[in-house]
Amino acid sequence: MPIVSMKVNGKEVSGEVEGRTLLVEFIREGLGLTGTHVGCDTSQCGACVVHVDGKAIKSCTALAVACEGAEVTTIEGLAKNGTLHPMQEAFRENHGLQCGFCTPGMIMAAIDLVNRKGKKLDEATVRHELEGNICRCTGYHNIVKAIQDGASRM
Amino acid sequence: MSETGIGARVKRKEDHRFITGKGRYTDDINLKGQVYAYFVRSPHAHAEIKSINTAKAAKAPGVLGVFKGEDVAEDKIGGLICGWMIHSKDGSPMKAGPHPILAVGKVRYVGDHVAVVVAETREQAKAAAALVEVQYGVLPHNVDAAKAKSAKGQVHEVAPNNLVFNWSLGDEAATDAAFKKAAHVTRLEIVNNRLIPNAMEPRAAIGSYDTGDDHYTLYTTSQNPHVARLVISAFHGLAPEHKLRVIAPDVGGGFGSKIFIYAEEVVCLWASKRVGGRPVKWTAERTESFLADAHGRDHVTHAELAMDKDGKILAMKVNTIASMGAYLSTFASCVPTYLYATLLSGQYNIPSIYAEVDAVYTNTAPVDAYRGAGRPEATYVVERLVETAAREMRIDPAEFRRRNFITSFPHQTPVIMCYDAGDYNASLTKALELADYKGFPARKAEAAKRGKLRGIGFSNYIEACGIAPSAAVGSLGAGVGLWESAEVRVNPVGTVEILTGSHSHGQGHETTFAQLVSDRLGVSIDNVSIVHGDTDKVQFGMGTYGSRSGAVGMTAIAKALDKIEAKAKKVAAHVMEAAEGDVEFKDGSFSVKGTDKKMAFGEVALAAYVAHKFPTSEIEPGLKESAFHDPTNFTFPAGCHICEVEIDPDTGVTQIANWVAVDDFGSVINPMIVEGQVHGGIVQGVGQALTEGCVYDSGSGQLLTGSYMDYCMPRAADVPSFKLAFTETKCPSNPLGMKGCGEAGAIAAPAAVINAITDAVGVKDLPMPATSQVVWNALQPMKKAAE
Ligand code: FES
Ligand code: FES
Repeated sequence: MPIVSMKVNGKEVSGEVEGRTLLVEFIREGLGLTGTHVGCDTSQCGACVVHVDGKAIKSCTALAVACEGAEVTTIEGLAKNGTLHPMQEAFRENHGLQCGFCTPGMIMAAIDLVNRKGKKLDEATVRHELEGNICRCTGYHNIVKAIQDGASRM
Repeated sequence: MSETGIGARVKRKEDHRFITGKGRYTDDINLKGQVYAYFVRSPHAHAEIKSINTAKAAKAPGVLGVFKGEDVAEDKIGGLICGWMIHSKDGSPMKAGPHPILAVGKVRYVGDHVAVVVAETREQAKAAAALVEVQYGVLPHNVDAAKAKSAKGQVHEVAPNNLVFNWSLGDEAATDAAFKKAAHVTRLEIVNNRLIPNAMEPRAAIGSYDTGDDHYTLYTTSQNPHVARLVISAFHGLAPEHKLRVIAPDVGGGFGSKIFIYAEEVVCLWASKRVGGRPVKWTAERTESFLADAHGRDHVTHAELAMDKDGKILAMKVNTIASMGAYLSTFASCVPTYLYATLLSGQYNIPSIYAEVDAVYTNTAPVDAYRGAGRPEATYVVERLVETAAREMRIDPAEFRRRNFITSFPHQTPVIMCYDAGDYNASLTKALELADYKGFPARKAEAAKRGKLRGIGFSNYIEACGIAPSAAVGSLGAGVGLWESAEVRVNPVGTVEILTGSHSHGQGHETTFAQLVSDRLGVSIDNVSIVHGDTDKVQFGMGTYGSRSGAVGMTAIAKALDKIEAKAKKVAAHVMEAAEGDVEFKDGSFSVKGTDKKMAFGEVALAAYVAHKFPTSEIEPGLKESAFHDPTNFTFPAGCHICEVEIDPDTGVTQIANWVAVDDFGSVINPMIVEGQVHGGIVQGVGQALTEGCVYDSGSGQLLTGSYMDYCMPRAADVPSFKLAFTETKCPSNPLGMKGCGEAGAIAAPAAVINAITDAVGVKDLPMPATSQVVWNALQPMKKAAE
């Protein structure tokens, strides 16, 4: 079985995987980082979003071996020395989560959105950009607010 | 109001773990020696199982066992049950067919659980499952509720014509007589579309058998772990309750779909023993969730409303066919009956109502409670009828509603419910103002200039929550009482643990329940922890559904807090050498009237545990109390939602331009959380109205909407931000005055949307989901006429 090595949340990690092992499986089962979730099997829900080399990707749709040598950030890697990332803080402040299952993916996608589109985000842009992230609990109202707020804090 | 007390917008205590990726959902848990289950499911809608050959699968790499229905029967494990007995009009009991945890003899829907493979890894289990050879003899199937009674195939031997029950409520003769006197009758054929709940966390279970202690543990995605333990123990007969622990850790949304006891979790528990006590884990793939989670709605209804010449409602008549799917799920039978027809009076004074419901089997996944459960179906019938009647009689729809509102309480409806409090006109008036109803004609004209069709629709919903008075539901056929329990443990340092039978899967109990404690005992919410979801920790509880955690669950806590206060007063009196009657408790401290003697709550807690300073022969040491609360009535949240849409006639695309929701939930503990519940509910309702619809292919019986590519979940861009406001009439049947808010949005929204779209398009009715195709098609005859 191939061995894959990458940097996850700033730490060098490596592990044996099968050729077909998905990045999300490697993260959740190989590394025990269970903050990244699996909500579907068709790449639609976005519960699995992580950053690979600074860009948001759906970790259910990437092979672990394809991320050889990459820098991966998961939800667990956002807070620095106990200080939450402004986007995490904004989700809490704006009640942008209920059951919390979509939340890690939402936060990772939101940070990527700010990285791409800047800190001033209008509601329509945020809503449009969330096409790949499904939330069943919040009705998106407070997620949109949280992302706009988090963006301005970043 | 204190910063963390009742009514404060306290930020959620539970959030930190979720935003840092430290939530602990069932699939996040891995036990030592864990192996994996994969289910072999039926590819046919209806078929006889001729044979199952497991030999090849059993020899596949990593496989520990391949099990089928016969193996389950060998261990005398009982089938799944439906816990609510409904009797037909003729007095006969409902026809509940057998529902084994692994199929025996027959499969009845695509996705039915046929066999299970247990292997060292998930991949191995899945690969081996493909090697299980099942010979099927295909039988005629039917997936359509309306055709069930005349279908060629019979789903269950016990149910001729696929009829589960034919049930009625109300006075038929009085209703018919009222219709004869009507000046106007409005009629609608209504399909309440079948939905798939889709909590974002797929169902999962880990069953673990301890060979040393002959004890089972189940981790499961459940809204009510104690009920799961009770059923698995009493009906499946797997183990007595004291030998079975059920844990529902963080649960990623439920919306009803995780109330029920499902085959997979029982199989995991049972199979763990079969494989020598290794924990057996199963996590649904989303496709399995689509196939095998209990679905919602699926009603076909003919409804009529009779009015006098002034638009006063005289009577209502409703005939509904409700699909139960292929088996009766845990609470399926109460949904289209006591949670549906009992709400047909809506917010209106309707002298007579008659409803008849045929529940039928179809070759589809079981149907059970889904956010609102019966009440969205009822509201849809009532609010579509009322809106249509107003239009037909050329009365403004707001005015039509006003003329018919119930205005004095208590109000006994002709369909069991006795509404205790409400002010429907208050929420309507406030909603009209927030929606700028007066300005609507101008907005419509302005939209027309841009080539757009603008419409407005109302939904004045009512629901029965706070489920439920045990005696009442018992008399209606429920197999359980629906009280709730609570235990308050005050630690010697004055911190507090609340053990509750409610379960939080997004509702924020760790915060709102702590607010109540903070309010009552004057302790900081940081010093309160809420324990739930574990049958080894919490004595018993009925769980969370039907917007009951506040009105029933918190009332149980409030009762236990009363006892805590009484006991603490006793302790304080002795320590301060005062008469008990002279001790007052305020803002977290005990004082003696007319003196400067004072003890903080924490000091009294410590004194209670140290027990040096009071006679333990008179007062027991310690500070821990429990209570059970059985409500005396349902609660009746109600409100008014107004939806304004704009339609592009060229594409049929509907945009929601504005949404106003004015809800009366009684007292609100945390407005931030309550608003969140309303937002989420509305979008689920909008999903039903605009995008979501479960489709089975009539020819093949296959589920056509079996993934997010085919089943359209509402996305952020499909909905707007919402304008919310509250009105308040306190609920008289619980001391906190709460009514419940979890389902309101999902109940109100579908009718508001369809009323708005039909207004914009100028048609009497449209089916849900009103996709762009549906709307575009509806517009074509009018376009032709205009040409
Ligand atoms: S798990 Fe759903 S998109 Fe990746
Ligand atoms: S918070 Fe539950 S799915 Fe988004």
